[in-house]
Amino acid sequence: MEKFINHTGTALPLRRSNVDTDQIIPAVYLKRVTKSGFEDGLFAAWRNDPEFVINRPEYAGATVLVAGADFGTGSSREHAVWALQNYGFKVIISSRFADIFRGNSQKAGLLTVVLPQDEVETIWSAIEANPALAITVDLALETVTYNEISLPFHIDSYTRWRLMEGLDDIGLTLKKIDQVSAYEAKRASFKPKTLPIRH
Amino acid sequence: MGKTLAEKIWADHIVSSAENEPDLIYIDLHLIHEVTSPQAFDGLRLANRQVRRADLTIATEDHNTPTLNIDQPIADPVSRLQIETLRKNCAEFGVRIHSLGDIDQGIVHVVGPQLGITQPGMTIVCGDSHTSTHGAFGALAFGIGTSEVEHVLATQTLPLVRPKTMAINVDGVLPAGVTSKDIILAIIAEIGTGGGQGYVLEYRGSAIRALSMESRMTVCNMSIEAGARAGLIAPDQTTFDYVKGKAHAPIGEDWDAAVEYWKTLKSDNDALFDKEIFLNAADLAPFVTWGTNPGQGLPLSANVPNPAEIADVEERGAAERALTYMGLTAGTPLKEIAVDTVFLGSCTNGRIEDLRAASQVLAGKQIAAGVRMLVVPGSARVRLQAEAEGLDKLFIAAGAEWRMAGCSMCLGMNPDQLAPEERSASTSNRNFEGRQGKGGRTHLVSPLVAAATAIRGTLSSPADL
Ligand code: SF4
Repeated sequence: MEKFINHTGTALPLRRSNVDTDQIIPAVYLKRVTKSGFEDGLFAAWRNDPEFVINRPEYAGATVLVAGADFGTGSSREHAVWALQNYGFKVIISSRFADIFRGNSQKAGLLTVVLPQDEVETIWSAIEANPALAITVDLALETVTYNEISLPFHIDSYTRWRLMEGLDDIGLTLKKIDQVSAYEAKRASFKPKTLPIRH
Repeated sequence: MGKTLAEKIWADHIVSSAENEPDLIYIDLHLIHEVTSPQAFDGLRLANRQVRRADLTIATEDHNTPTLNIDQPIADPVSRLQIETLRKNCAEFGVRIHSLGDIDQGIVHVVGPQLGITQPGMTIVCGDSHTSTHGAFGALAFGIGTSEVEHVLATQTLPLVRPKTMAINVDGVLPAGVTSKDIILAIIAEIGTGGGQGYVLEYRGSAIRALSMESRMTVCNMSIEAGARAGLIAPDQTTFDYVKGKAHAPIGEDWDAAVEYWKTLKSDNDALFDKEIFLNAADLAPFVTWGTNPGQGLPLSANVPNPAEIADVEERGAAERALTYMGLTAGTPLKEIAVDTVFLGSCTNGRIEDLRAASQVLAGKQIAAGVRMLVVPGSARVRLQAEAEGLDKLFIAAGAEWRMAGCSMCLGMNPDQLAPEERSASTSNRNFEGRQGKGGRTHLVSPLVAAATAIRGTLSSPADL
């Protein structure tokens, strides 16, 4: 997982609330056998509409998604996070996230920032007035900055530390790998092994 | 204060623990199949990681495999891709795999026990919720998600929050014709599909002790249908006898050391469970489900319930929806419900004992006109064993179809599916809407009830023949 200290990029205003994971990535796209390549399924149903915000050229290359309340509800599919990341998003801003989605994104290194709904509204207007607007999300300072406006946000210190260190769960466990080896050294010899094959 | 069995196994597997953090738990065995593993392997590849303990990992092909013409390429491109990907991943990372055509190919939860790699006191995981099956050996076994599969592949551990424990006591003697499937369906009807959430279930009592290993697996298999990630049974002489002599069972001094340890694996007399449930085996009867979740079950002699008589608003609504989906009318005797298909198989009831029980009911009889019966052994080895005992001939003579091993119609990822509105009596574990095919209607039953139903054409037990 990449370290996340801060990020500056343009943003996509998604003026919809209750965006569930079936909308983020429909089930028909789940048959892939990789963790990558899900960007084609991102918001697939909505993207059929040429006017849908993600299709508008002025928002091409956006890396910050500013969404309505209750983003990521529904099915626990981890593919929803992969699809957003594969597409290029680094940060999602919303006034409320579904628990499982938030957990999944923190595992994968996608930063979810919670801001009050009125601030989300103000950011939407600012982006729509200027699609080239640069938004800076600073995890070290816990601020979202644009147009010289700086908004504080809060994230729990354990998650913040993990993201800033770039530690996914596996990375964290690998830091304790000596303890795993020590445990293995003490395992009973009668415990079964799958290799070599016995018949 | 003493410890419960689950707590003992947990304590034996803690690699590290710290306050306000999950415990890091060592995993003794990781089972893999084609559906939930591809992204995990892809994740390893992206991060340049290896499989830490290929010698504690084993893969088999089951969910997508066809049960006919297995010598030909798999027709469905998605199924074929998942299986080919598994083969490629196992080759690349050095993981043992049992592919279609191999004697140890089969449903992942049938394969582990038959190889003797499922043993008491282990931690066992698989990207599959019915991993709880292995709890029958006194192992702590549970399903995990794809990220966790990757975590186990890379580290052979998992960060986990310690679960609570629930004792389910079943005492007394089961009436004739009542099986372990009826026990677990009755338990789920009693505690509900969410009743076990957050708990490890321990099945105890004289009725459980009296069960064979394969029957114990049927009980533990459906722990997840009660909402519990894991369910287990303390190992005893029945367990040791079953493991002994299997390909990967300990031998010589290792065997003695293992048994000595296994004998310590029981809940202490003064251990405190977070919750306790009591059932009397003598009160149980053949059980069938009438609805669309495994908790919606009743004794076979009952009638389809009337939702209007259900006090709980949410349950009433669920019952109404279930009856509409199932095409059933309140008040109809369950025994009058006619089925189109009977499915005998799955990791719940696809082992040799299940096939024996059903074949005895069918011996010398014919299945009803218009009913199709699919018999799908849980593994290739089970199939060969059944053929050695001549069971295949009994099934075929009765008019049933004898198939190759796999998950098959348990979830219909392969071509074995129900058509819309087609009704089945199924020995599998889930009667969810569309589980066995879009619009299909499933009644969960034991192998004995499945066989009797095939003969009479309506939901029946052998006593009705
Ligand atoms: S038989 Fe059914 S429940 Fe068991 S592993 Fe296969 S699909 Fe899952």
